[in-house]
Amino acid sequence: MIRPPFRSPSLRWQALGWQALALAAVALIIVTFARNASHHLAARHIATGFGFLREAAPIPIGESLLPYTPSVSSYGRAFLIGILNTLKVAIPGCLLATLLGTLIGIARISPIPLLARLAAVYVEGLRDLPLLLQLLFWYGVFQALPAPRQSFRPLAGVFLSNRGMRLPALAWQSGFGWILLAALAGLGITIVLARRTALSPHRGRRLAAFLPLPLFPALVFAVTRPAIIIEWPALHGFNFQGGMTISPEYAALTTGLVLYTASYVAEIVRGGLISVARGQWEAGAALGLPRAAVLRLIVLPQALRLIIPPMTSQYLNLVKNSSLAVAIGYQDVVSIADTTLNQTGQAIEGIGLIMAVYLTISLGISLAMNLYNARLAQRAR
Amino acid sequence: MARRLLSALVTVVLALILADIAWHFFSWAVLHAIWHLPENAAHAPDTDLCRAAIGHGACWAVIREKFRFILFGFYPYDAQWRPALAVLCFVALFALSLAPKFWRPSLILLWIVILAVVGVLMWGGVFGLAFVAADQWGGLPITLILATFGLAAAFPLAILVALARHAEGLPVIRMLAIAYVELIRGVPLISLLFMSSVMLPLFLPTGWDIDKLLRAQLAFVLFAGAYLAEVVRAGLGALPRGQYEAAAALGLSYWQKTRLIVLPQALRHVIPMLVNTFIGFFKDTSLVLIIGIFDLMTTGRTATLEPAWQGFGNEVYLLLAAIYFAFCFIMARISRTLERRLAAPHQDIEEPA
Amino acid sequence: MPPIALRRWSGCLAFGMILSLFLLASLPLAPARAAGSGSPTLDAVRARGVLICGVAGNAAGFSLPDSQGVMQGIDAEGCRAIAAAVLGDQHKVKFVPTTTENRFTALQSGEIDVLVRETTWTLGREASLGLEFGVINFYDGTGFMVKKSSGVTSARDLDGATICVEPGTSTELAIADYFRVNNMKYTPVEIQDLQEIHNAFLSGRCDAYSTDSSALAGFRFTQGAHAEDFLLLPELISKEPLGPMVRKGDDKWFDIVRWVSFAQITGEEYGVSSHNVDSFANTTNPDIRRLLGLEGGLGKTLGLDDKWAFYVLKQVGNTGEVWNRTMAPLGLPRGLNGLWNRGGLLFAPPIR
Repeated sequence: MIRPPFRSPSLRWQALGWQALALAAVALIIVTFARNASHHLAARHIATGFGFLREAAPIPIGESLLPYTPSVSSYGRAFLIGILNTLKVAIPGCLLATLLGTLIGIARISPIPLLARLAAVYVEGLRDLPLLLQLLFWYGVFQALPAPRQSFRPLAGVFLSNRGMRLPALAWQSGFGWILLAALAGLGITIVLARRTALSPHRGRRLAAFLPLPLFPALVFAVTRPAIIIEWPALHGFNFQGGMTISPEYAALTTGLVLYTASYVAEIVRGGLISVARGQWEAGAALGLPRAAVLRLIVLPQALRLIIPPMTSQYLNLVKNSSLAVAIGYQDVVSIADTTLNQTGQAIEGIGLIMAVYLTISLGISLAMNLYNARLAQRAR
Repeated sequence: MARRLLSALVTVVLALILADIAWHFFSWAVLHAIWHLPENAAHAPDTDLCRAAIGHGACWAVIREKFRFILFGFYPYDAQWRPALAVLCFVALFALSLAPKFWRPSLILLWIVILAVVGVLMWGGVFGLAFVAADQWGGLPITLILATFGLAAAFPLAILVALARHAEGLPVIRMLAIAYVELIRGVPLISLLFMSSVMLPLFLPTGWDIDKLLRAQLAFVLFAGAYLAEVVRAGLGALPRGQYEAAAALGLSYWQKTRLIVLPQALRHVIPMLVNTFIGFFKDTSLVLIIGIFDLMTTGRTATLEPAWQGFGNEVYLLLAAIYFAFCFIMARISRTLERRLAAPHQDIEEPA
Repeated sequence: MPPIALRRWSGCLAFGMILSLFLLASLPLAPARAAGSGSPTLDAVRARGVLICGVAGNAAGFSLPDSQGVMQGIDAEGCRAIAAAVLGDQHKVKFVPTTTENRFTALQSGEIDVLVRETTWTLGREASLGLEFGVINFYDGTGFMVKKSSGVTSARDLDGATICVEPGTSTELAIADYFRVNNMKYTPVEIQDLQEIHNAFLSGRCDAYSTDSSALAGFRFTQGAHAEDFLLLPELISKEPLGPMVRKGDDKWFDIVRWVSFAQITGEEYGVSSHNVDSFANTTNPDIRRLLGLEGGLGKTLGLDDKWAFYVLKQVGNTGEVWNRTMAPLGLPRGLNGLWNRGGLLFAPPIR
């Protein structure tokens, strides 16, 4: 820490003065901006406030996780759909980017020269091109798929066309909620048990710890017996009906984000793996632990400590980059806010909402990762 | 033995796939490509020939027709040697800045001189050059200007913010610095650009109409400032404590200490990280597409909107990709070399997004 | 190290600066305007010597840069006509490309003098934005285009269809209304970028592409030999009168924008074009004499040079010439955009 020259108590007034000045300058800027804005808005007869969120939104929305009817549902609901659409990209995006990035990171230190070289080309190539360009490319690729009538059918009931991927879906029954809950409970208990038995020499005990995971939901299913109805997609009129869809816009955005972010994740993973000294593996083996246990209990925790902080940044980047959706027609929160402020003129409120949403997501991810990181650091001590 | 066999198998399969892709690309980009179009009845290039070749042959004629618009946008056609020269100035500036030989305080002077030369070339109005307003600029110079001026203007800001974040005994200033950095890094660049394009005019007094490019530049400076502040902070953090103490022992004042001892060392540490951050800015300038500023990405996409030339986007995208790649790849390579030479501290600085 | 006394002063200095900052903040918001023509916009344009005109910059036929980077299209010509009338030189115009989001703020904030950006005249926009439409420079309507191979011949057949549409436009509102009223369902694909939206329709991502019918006709025309594969459905589901916008409260400027357009219509009506305008110097037709500023002194009443319409017609031409340069190459029929006495809607009030 560098100390500014305010240590002597006689100069405390001075420190106070400068801080008050900084605060006043910031306050002044905010007050001036607010005054100007209210002046301009009054002159333009634009009402401020978030009242418009309750008004009916005439904007059409292509894909939504909630029921929505243009001109009937409210702007507030449209926003909510936008937020959900952002999360729908961000969460699987983070998981897939981690998975792919790890694989490529391992490929980069592979003993097969061509594979290692290819992984290197992948990392270099994707990092040095603007993500926007890559997204446009992927959107073009997904549009180049055949029309619904000529769609590919890689599996029974799966249709791949320029309308996206159509999959059979399980019709939701009220009993599913309980099964999901049971599965979550099973997962929790498994984690606790697995940690307790990790060092146990008995293979049977280590395996038994994983039992609650399948057992709990199976038990609830056997008791409640909800009907299982699978909706199969079928071509009807212009498009497929039934089942669930992965739209080309969603696919392009997720693919682009995952591939781009994976190139950064790969470097982080490679760095993490390289940094764990060889002696650690050997020491683990000398203790008589199986190889998998060495990886899980010795190497990974050390590598993870190096990997987690930069990974947090990558997750944050992925979330923020998902805002590029607006360029390829995926209706994320930015796209919907953008259309809203265009139709209502509520620019300040619209942009304010966008920022609030991203700040919340960013802070959430930072907080979760920091907690995880703190736990790792504690355990490593 | 089995392992070696597997390795050979993977290599062969990969090689075959690569060869197939390469052949298809070669066939499209070279064998069946159309480089030149004859004129039609209206003395315009007859693009129907290209249209017939869509799918199996590239239409490089679109690049031939549009490359000057893509590179320089609305800049007066006859004066386009000026932005071309400005681009060369930028390239020279980057080349010099990346050579450790030139890392002297006079480098700052060089930046000021070259950026001034760029300004004179682009604006004109002196030395017999006709005046060209900023809204007529476009293409590659805009991309370079946004990234470079963004860096140049954000740098002092970043140093101040980083110092503020490091300042003990000034809790309010520290809090303000933290709020600024975290707020900016928590939101996507697009929202800042929207803010500059839609909201800023509302915030400013009537009659202060700031140029659209300048507003985008402001958003970039704000954005870059937050990310660079983190880079500089990493440098400050990497400095051994003894340096601070030694400086204090010499009886130097805060600013003397900072200027003579702390900053020179801290900044040297973070040069590779600075280059990486700059590469990020360079790529991110493409987002101004969304607020309608004619940077390289926007001019490229506009070029294929003219009815006669619609449908040849792939060729233009390839050109754009090649230009972005050339700049980023070379800078990334140099940055990696620098990193190895300086053995920089491993700090976790996120790329701007 | 500065002496302690001086350092202590700096604390006072800081407080002093706060005080002066607040004094600064209490200054009036808007700078006082010097007396001039009575139109702040006209004065600003004159003082600047250049008209700043907001356009789209990405719409063929309306405003799109050519290979030399020169803006072409009916909106661009509209800007040039205003520049010719106000400054006597059609080249004294600076085009500012705007997006659908920032177009209104750009005009509201004074960044541009006039917005000529294929913007639909609606009550909502005129009542709530503090802006107003000067005149209609293009009569349009929302239409649908489909591939002939789809077998669709009417918009009523589009139930369940996927439709490509540009977000933030009046088109998306018109479609939402149309499908709701007719109790039909559709899936929107909202793409902002024109090229992307064209690609999406051509590749079959959408069953129909909906936008202003002029743009659809233009799009079909650009498909060359494939134009026959596409069908413009007969229904126009909304009226889309497009026109230039100005800020409210500057009536003189509003008058200029509107009458420049009327002068071009009048020019076409009387057969005065850029080619023959000089030959009317000795005309006896009083209407043409007033139009060209040979008598009546009407330009002065607008706050312009008496030869304002002469400059417009000489340098830019009449509505027919503009049409032939901009829309005709796209294969658009004149239709509603023709003169009133030839089946169109162009009808200018008399210049007298």
